[in-house]
Amino acid sequence: MKKSWKLLSVMMVVALFILAGCGNNGNNAGGSNAAAGEGGLAAIKERGKLQVGVKFDTKLFGLKDPSSGQVEGFDIDISKAIAKHILGDENAIELKEVTSKTRIPMLNNGEIDMVVATMTITEERKKEVDFSDVYFQAGQSLLVKKGSPVKGLADITKDSTVLGSKGSTSVKNIKEKVPGVTVLEFDNYQDAFTALKTGKGDALTTDDSILYGMAAQDPNYEVVGEPFTDEPYGIAVQKGNSEVVKAINDTLAELKSSGEYDKIYEKWIGKAPAK
Amino acid sequence: MQFSILTDYFGTYMEGFRGTILSSLLALAGSFLLGTLIAVFRISTARGLRWFGTGYVEFIRNIPLLLVVYIFYYGPSAFGLSLDGFTAGTIGLTVYTSAFIAEAIRAGIAAVPKGQTEAARSSGLTYVQAMIHVVLPQAIKLVIPPLGNQFINLIKNSSVLTIVAGLDLMYFADIVNSDTFRTFDTYVFVALFYLVLTLPLSYVMRVWERRLQR
Repeated sequence: MKKSWKLLSVMMVVALFILAGCGNNGNNAGGSNAAAGEGGLAAIKERGKLQVGVKFDTKLFGLKDPSSGQVEGFDIDISKAIAKHILGDENAIELKEVTSKTRIPMLNNGEIDMVVATMTITEERKKEVDFSDVYFQAGQSLLVKKGSPVKGLADITKDSTVLGSKGSTSVKNIKEKVPGVTVLEFDNYQDAFTALKTGKGDALTTDDSILYGMAAQDPNYEVVGEPFTDEPYGIAVQKGNSEVVKAINDTLAELKSSGEYDKIYEKWIGKAPAK
Repeated sequence: MQFSILTDYFGTYMEGFRGTILSSLLALAGSFLLGTLIAVFRISTARGLRWFGTGYVEFIRNIPLLLVVYIFYYGPSAFGLSLDGFTAGTIGLTVYTSAFIAEAIRAGIAAVPKGQTEAARSSGLTYVQAMIHVVLPQAIKLVIPPLGNQFINLIKNSSVLTIVAGLDLMYFADIVNSDTFRTFDTYVFVALFYLVLTLPLSYVMRVWERRLQR
């Protein structure tokens, strides 16, 4: 009798695991089916609110001001313009925090309608999500402590330690550019920057746009060398959601032709966009 | 379920698995020694030692593990030192677990009848000798079940290393996840790797416990 109870409980655990696995597959399938309905344009209009995944920890692009609780940055201004275009009100928007690691799962779960979070368009990611036109042109660079012997990519060798953020393209790039280099990956850029400050690595690598934000935060650090990659940022939506992609692209085109884009760019980056 | 993730990234998983095992073994040995020492401090007749032991246990036990790890990762830079993620994480894990082990062992020592100490002392042993040769061997036997639980917790808690880039199983799993975008599948395999460590341990503990009860 005792034995059969044991067997039963083991079977229940196994069954639970299998169920959990099936449930997930079901969700995934539902997610892509629902793309047209759930995250689609009609659903956004019906809800009356645009749910956007943005960074909360990235200066200049998406940073939560701890005193006011407001999230501000380039990505937020672009998101507001999209909300205005779709819903006619730039404040009809709900900002949700994403990280490099969580943004694709959250998008595909239907928790957010779009990701506006310093996200580089890559072939690999295009298999998972659909991208809008390029809304910001960045390039990967290096941030070091002032006076560091590292003056550019040429000074990074396989004995160097480079810090980065998990799930970012910059980490893969640096491993390709400098085979054998030690890369330590952190959950977000703040942790990576703290690690740089406490001497855990020789340089921090990611897009220059983000590095300039860190350098603005702490004048003891500077961006060195020329950008060594081309990082076109795009806005991601669930796969097959062409209506929303079109709405975003229309918004971007409007912003560019009206000169509003240049204004937003200068407001955050401090210089006019390269033409 | 995509089993190809497991085969394609087996090397990556194994690298993390090794990190988790190594960190857990080091922390297990370290926290057992440190925890025993602190337990002896806690029941010591010397007031200073007793206060130190109590303070240590109450402080460490009542703050999050993550914070303990942060202290060892970011803290030393104030003194111009720097520990890597694996070292800082393993030390943090050791210190954190030792507080719980100290409590378990103290309870075990308290459960050894007072007559044992008195008999040992009156046959000429010093306090320390009585502890080492008479009381502790009996206490350890009593605390094996709770210790087993602490060691299982320790293995699971070692996932905290990922936050400080400690090259453990979770750290590499995050990398696999960012490569495959198959979040659920990636972490189900992680669960299997942890179970490979924890299930046999809890089985051994159960058998041991049953033998002691006989």
